[in-house]
Amino acid sequence: MLSYAVGGESTVGKTKLTPEEMSKKLDEALTHYEGQGQKALMSALQEAQEIYGYLPLPVQKRVAMTLNISVAEVYGVVSFYSFFSLKPKGEYVFNVCLGTACYVKGAQKILERIEDNLGIKAGDVTTDRKFSISACRCVGACGLAPVILVNDDVYGRLTPEEIPGIIAKYKEA
Amino acid sequence: MELYRAHVLVCCGTGCTSSNSDQIITQFDKLLPENNIEKEVKVVKTGCFGLCAEGPIVVVYPEGVMYYRVDPKDVAEIVSEHLVKGRHVERLMVPHPASPSSEANSSDESNFFKKQLRIALRNCGAINPEEIDEYIAHDGYLALGTILSEKRDPLDIIDEIKRSGLRGRGGGGFPTGMKWEFAAKVENDTKYVCCNADEGDPGAFMDRSILEGDPHSVIEAMTIAGYCIGASQGYVYVRAEYPIAVQRLKHAMKQAKEYGLIGKNIFGSDFSFDLDIRLGAGAFVCGEETALMRSIEGKRGNPTPRPPFPAVRGLFNKPTILNNVETYANIPIILTKGAEWFASMGTERSKGTKVFALGGKVQNVGLVEIPMGTTVREIVFEIGGGIPGGKEFKAVQTGGPSGGCIPASLLDTPIDYDNLVAAGSMMGSGGMIVMDEETCMVDIARFFLEFTVDESCGKCTPCRIGTKRMYELLTKIIEGQATLDDLEALEKVALSLKNGSLCALGQTAANPVLSTLKHFRNEYIQHVVDKKCACHVCKGLTEYYIIPEMCKKCGLCAKKCPVNCISGVLGKEPYVIDASQCIKCGACMEACKFKAIIKQ
Ligand SMILES: Cc1cc2nc3c(=O)[nH]c(=O)nc-3n(C[C@H](O)[C@H](O)[C@H](O)COP(=O)(O)O)c2cc1C
Ligand code: SF4
Ligand code: SF4
Ligand code: SF4
Ligand code: FES
Repeated sequence: MLSYAVGGESTVGKTKLTPEEMSKKLDEALTHYEGQGQKALMSALQEAQEIYGYLPLPVQKRVAMTLNISVAEVYGVVSFYSFFSLKPKGEYVFNVCLGTACYVKGAQKILERIEDNLGIKAGDVTTDRKFSISACRCVGACGLAPVILVNDDVYGRLTPEEIPGIIAKYKEA
Repeated sequence: MELYRAHVLVCCGTGCTSSNSDQIITQFDKLLPENNIEKEVKVVKTGCFGLCAEGPIVVVYPEGVMYYRVDPKDVAEIVSEHLVKGRHVERLMVPHPASPSSEANSSDESNFFKKQLRIALRNCGAINPEEIDEYIAHDGYLALGTILSEKRDPLDIIDEIKRSGLRGRGGGGFPTGMKWEFAAKVENDTKYVCCNADEGDPGAFMDRSILEGDPHSVIEAMTIAGYCIGASQGYVYVRAEYPIAVQRLKHAMKQAKEYGLIGKNIFGSDFSFDLDIRLGAGAFVCGEETALMRSIEGKRGNPTPRPPFPAVRGLFNKPTILNNVETYANIPIILTKGAEWFASMGTERSKGTKVFALGGKVQNVGLVEIPMGTTVREIVFEIGGGIPGGKEFKAVQTGGPSGGCIPASLLDTPIDYDNLVAAGSMMGSGGMIVMDEETCMVDIARFFLEFTVDESCGKCTPCRIGTKRMYELLTKIIEGQATLDDLEALEKVALSLKNGSLCALGQTAANPVLSTLKHFRNEYIQHVVDKKCACHVCKGLTEYYIIPEMCKKCGLCAKKCPVNCISGVLGKEPYVIDASQCIKCGACMEACKFKAIIKQ
């Protein structure tokens, strides 16, 4: 989720790219990395994930080819860093901060309420691919603890009672 | 510069931006011209003022009036009342009434600033981080300019930093001058300067605030470091979760380049230095210096054994220094004001100030910078305004997943590197989380172990398996399944982790457990022997119960229960929870308007 601009424009209703458009964008992005080797791998993957939302194997292969390194090396890096995702995410990602400041202020209860409400666990996606939940460690807005991000929208000073209302908002969108 | 009769400072740090401070700016931009005062009043975007929980914060100068929790809708009133008619908007001058951090006794927010001393944060909230001229007007790039125009001897500069007593603010507290000296004395054509802005401690955001509020101080310091050790390339390794910081830093680098303050032949000298940003990808271990360098190289962030130390063989196998953001932020001002000035602050072995991200169960949540030697009590009760809701203080946690908890009996500990270690914790990078009587210490210990299990890179066995074992034992304890033998086993594994791990992540992973075992052993015993969690946090040891005499038979709780385990007869019979079905979600307790439901 490299692209999130905290407090920026809401992503509700943003148009999605077609597979062809994504592929074209990836080609454009990768031209800067041609033959640069391992040292450019992280940046290349970050750009690729920004386009696709995750890093499916074909994308990893293209990155490997561009940089002229092995797919195994690419996969090794992708699987090491939690920022890189092998699974697609939902259209709306509920990112629950489980940093210490948020945890002490009851973030676990917030997470459980979201899980109950959506009927999935952290790390999973709903079958209609509309929602997914992930947990993160401190988004740096500890003053607003507990905090969740729904795509680019930030909700702070939350109580569990507010969760159903927030979810409803995105269900309608 | 043009003259304005008033300046409006709007905090655009992450905390405030999350609560719409950008819309506040838009409103000012719209309303000032409508009132024909756009030539008299200047709106400035600044970095974090520190008092994040009361944000968005707007400050109007020359009076210095501070408005809290400003809504974009409030801007019209600030413009028409304050800026046009000169009357303060009293309504916004008190912290928010609904806020947990403004109950009765915290009327005086100015306490928040009184005991602080802003050195690393000197420019945060005071200048517009996107305007290099404002940094320059505050003595920015003066240190670099002086060094280069006087062609000052690098070893002389390093000596000054050594004399200042500055120690690394990233956690370890290694003397900065010594680190630079090692790298300076190694012969090599290529060397690197790196900045650690990975800020992995969950619940800490000092480094982010410095990058957002004063990015040039870091750029200037890294350039000076490059001059001192003989490097011409630097890298800032920033967490990907910090988009605003990255954007401010990029912008600042571009401006510095345009002004010739980084790049080729800086200030017309023969010294050249370039900077690049590398984004992290969510691995805590990459805050460790060798792992960070592997990550910049595009590899998995596995730590490597030291020696060789990075000063000899670091990034791309070249001599490298790595410092923390806050460490760098201190450098320019040390060089303009002198080592003696800096060394006059703090304690015997820890000089200067430290920034903490104060959070958790405390009235004034935010960033605080205090001189070393300030006591924990002063931070929590004077600057922090104490515990909200009249609750009892229990502990403060510093050092994040590598640190420990400081109990009430040690509240008068003066904060410095050595005292915090003696108290069973550590300075860490600056997270300071306050816990009250409702925080279960066993649960907190488990929380940190869960974190290290997730973040262990898996390279060495004691850490990979030891953290997992400890996590399992702690889980057993909070579920009420443990025996006293398990407590012993927990301590044993903790020791083997400490002694057998390759990097500091594993070596310190047991600290949260060891320190809570030391200071809060009774809570562990309660969980293990009495099968009770006095704070009603641990689910396996807590039950929800409806007090029949208090129940008004309204049925609301039954409606809210997700597993339909509450039964009763509307208006006739008190409701009852079937404890065997209850998943302990707490929805019923929140719903009951008559406080008839309790945890026991
Ligand atoms: C697991 C682990 C995580 C770390 N995370 C950070 C971090 O987020 N930020 C930081 O500045 N230092 C971190 N450090 C410390 C660095 O390894 C290194 O000591 C520090 O950046 C050196 O800079 P300093 O001397 O200016 O403190 C971490 C160390 C370990 C072992
Ligand atoms: S101690 Fe843990 S994090 Fe460090 S190298 Fe070993 S396994 Fe990796
Ligand atoms: S805690 Fe949750 S599951 Fe248990 S009775 Fe209350 S609402 Fe039902
Ligand atoms: S909500 Fe409270 S008062 Fe109403 S039935 Fe439940 S326990 Fe009784
Ligand atoms: S701990 Fe949640 S924002 Fe920092």
